[in-house]
Amino acid sequence: MRKLVPALLLLCAWAIAENPRTLAIRNAKIVTVSGPVLNKGTVVVRNGLIEAVGENLAIPAGAWTIDGEGMTVYPGLIDSLSTVGIPSLAPAPAAAGRGGRGQTTPTPVTAAATAAAPVTPAKGPEDRPATTSWVLAANEIDPSDHRIESVRSAGFTTTVTFPARGIFGGQGSIIDLASTERAGEMVVVPAVGQYLAVSRGGGGFGGFGAGFPNALMGYIAYIRQVYLDAEHYKLLNEAYAHSPRGMERPPYDRALEGVLESKRILLPANRVVEMDRMLRFAAELKQPVILYGLREAYRPEAAPLLKKYGSPALVSMHWTEAPRDPDPEADRTMRSLENVDQGPAAPGLLQKAGVPFALYTDGLDQPRDLQRAVKKAIDAGLARQDAIRALTLSPAEIYGVADRLGSIEVGKIANLVVTKGDLFDDHTQIEMIFVDGKQYKPAPEPPAGGGRGATEEPGVSQ
Amino acid sequence: MRKPWIVALAALAPLYAQNIVIQNATIMTVTKGTVQGSVVIKDGKIAEVGEKVMMPLNATTIDAGGQYVIPGIIDCHSHIAVDGNVNEGSVSVSSMVNIKDVINPEDISIYRALAGGVTTANILHGSANPIGGQTIVLKMRWGKDAEGMIFEGALPGIKFALGENPKRPGNPQGGRGGTQTVPARYPATRMGVEDTIREALNQAKAYKAEWDDYAAKVARGEHPRPPRKDLKLEPLKEVLEGKRYVHAHCYREDEILMLLRVADDYGFKIRTLQHVLEGYKVAQEIAASGAGASTFSDWWAYKIEAFDAIPYNAALMQKKGIVVSLNSDDEELMRHLNTEAAKAMKYGGLSETDALAMVTINPARQLGIDSRVGSIEAGKDADLVIYDKYPLSDYAKVQKVLIDGRVYFDRDNDVSGRPAKTLEKQKLIDKEKQSQPKPTGGRRPVG
Repeated sequence: MRKLVPALLLLCAWAIAENPRTLAIRNAKIVTVSGPVLNKGTVVVRNGLIEAVGENLAIPAGAWTIDGEGMTVYPGLIDSLSTVGIPSLAPAPAAAGRGGRGQTTPTPVTAAATAAAPVTPAKGPEDRPATTSWVLAANEIDPSDHRIESVRSAGFTTTVTFPARGIFGGQGSIIDLASTERAGEMVVVPAVGQYLAVSRGGGGFGGFGAGFPNALMGYIAYIRQVYLDAEHYKLLNEAYAHSPRGMERPPYDRALEGVLESKRILLPANRVVEMDRMLRFAAELKQPVILYGLREAYRPEAAPLLKKYGSPALVSMHWTEAPRDPDPEADRTMRSLENVDQGPAAPGLLQKAGVPFALYTDGLDQPRDLQRAVKKAIDAGLARQDAIRALTLSPAEIYGVADRLGSIEVGKIANLVVTKGDLFDDHTQIEMIFVDGKQYKPAPEPPAGGGRGATEEPGVSQ
Repeated sequence: MRKPWIVALAALAPLYAQNIVIQNATIMTVTKGTVQGSVVIKDGKIAEVGEKVMMPLNATTIDAGGQYVIPGIIDCHSHIAVDGNVNEGSVSVSSMVNIKDVINPEDISIYRALAGGVTTANILHGSANPIGGQTIVLKMRWGKDAEGMIFEGALPGIKFALGENPKRPGNPQGGRGGTQTVPARYPATRMGVEDTIREALNQAKAYKAEWDDYAAKVARGEHPRPPRKDLKLEPLKEVLEGKRYVHAHCYREDEILMLLRVADDYGFKIRTLQHVLEGYKVAQEIAASGAGASTFSDWWAYKIEAFDAIPYNAALMQKKGIVVSLNSDDEELMRHLNTEAAKAMKYGGLSETDALAMVTINPARQLGIDSRVGSIEAGKDADLVIYDKYPLSDYAKVQKVLIDGRVYFDRDNDVSGRPAKTLEKQKLIDKEKQSQPKPTGGRRPVG
């Protein structure tokens, strides 16, 4: 504690010196995303918001001025499905097993994941297995998560962070990746939707523990029962609120409260079969849905399906990789070969089809890995400006926060990335990052080989 | 007065519903004898069968000279096309789960079953629970999505299971073949299996009474609050109301009689007894109950409760008046159910028609879809299989399979398409190999 105080004082001094209330970046190329690119423009930031953007702007008196000559300014990148900020949900290092677990792969409900809850297997749906629907990511944010700096150094200023564990994980929150002692300052929107995951069940992995559910159809039946219960709960509570006299009091149920509070759900779907299944399921549950995963979104059936149901898609950038050291005798299916060959073509194809989509990092948190992953999509047909949009304005639109995030526009939050060179190019350097108008420098790159193995399948554990 | 839109419509019509005539074939109708002649298909339905038929306009002809046509084969017990675990084995009563939710229309077993002449299959939950999940009847419409596979209008079912599988204490995850065991689960005896079923049905009865009471109040113009919907009891309520078929996995005579008594007590019928290898011992009782029997041809002794099985089972049960079908319970066996049927001629001396009926019209009756499929009759769905040789022979190969009058499998197309597909795949394999990073600094074994 005694050591912390001087450190804090130093930090404050630095913050005052380096982060004046008003700043301007001039003579820079400005990729606004929402409007045309300004080749020699100025962005003025005041009190954490974008005050002005344009060419030939007067710089306010007293503003700290950055000469942007030779630099490009982008809106801060948004990771549309993440667990950054909740350190206990960080993916296990790749060394721990065959291929690191991606962050959106459901975490088994173990003692470590739910410290307080006893690990007795659920005997049925009435035990509400792997359900923490009432949890709000905003309440779990720990500013000391080391991934905040690492992801920010890759140009991400914002994550949509979910308590991605179990079946009903809880509600996600939009978080600005500022360095602060107070988690509350990081929260942009506290509740954006309920995170759901399923498992195919069986096999040696045991899904979420040995209890119910233990088959994909069990997961689906369980989720369906929860929504039926929520509907019934709502009905009883409304009746009770209307006239409590003489009516038995319906018991408070936090799991159903969490479900009823969620304005949308996120469901996993990688294969076209799963997209079809989950879109029909969400329609049955009468829930607005965002699908995540989308490994097979390159297939011609995918875009029409998503369009038919009007569902946006979060596409994992953890592209399917060829198996390492495969058994030479083993027969690869045509589909698995296609997934490797064509997976990264999905974003380009969704863009052409007019499906709203965003890219998400799915556990990749090293700047170089992220840059390579985006590059793969670009090489497979996604226009560069569309790649930028899929990581800025599109996720903001999907979550309904395009009025404050996702582009360089007057009045929006001053989240910016300043680069030398075009974003996602091999040799591009990120010079500085602004979160809520505060400047950050990228952390030094760790030695090469920091990459992580591919996720098996986002949201679907074997 | 000219109506150009009618002309346009007529021109478009072949795109939607093609008229097909299969000519010069030996047509084994199953229900109306064997005919040398033609089958006329209009709008997906069989329009006419006979020696001489009316050729419809714009009909495509299939010359089946020297070949045989039989109704599409129906498998009353299959587990193909299921995504994820086929057992929700964590609970003793898993009636809340539904195969309909996890149909995988991309399972290659569908295509292979089709290539073996199967056009319809009853897809069941596994046998890990005394009362298992809800079942669904599918048509093997390879290429359609999950919804497109469903046999529209077929009554849904539910799986019950007796004997060794559901009483296995600490049932391994994933049922048979699973390695990881889970904590012991009631029941552990055949007595417990009966108790579990009765207990669930008691709950279902109370649940039904609750909803009936609610419906009565609504009918009287009252505004009661609806009871809670319980997905576990909902399908069992349907069983009690006769709106859902029970397909019960069973082996031994004692457990068969037990289940028939339970059904009697609760006032519903068992639709089919599945496997029912000791059915021949209690055939009279089964016949009296009205239950159908769906058994294996000559598979037994793979576990204790299958030791008393005999290959004459199917024929013996049939002779006592039971509707008997032969099923596969297996994605490989499913591909040659025609020869499974043929075994009933060897063991028990059934006629060719009776044998064929066990994989066509009889399973159709058991699934309540015999007005639609199971025989070659005018008005039925054009689900047909063309064999090059006598279909109850080992030498017969499926040439074409039609479902709803559309060709879903064509042997010639399949065989001629193989080189191109192999080439396409090899290209991807080569491409992947080239893009793989070269192994760096592989350590050579010492010594």
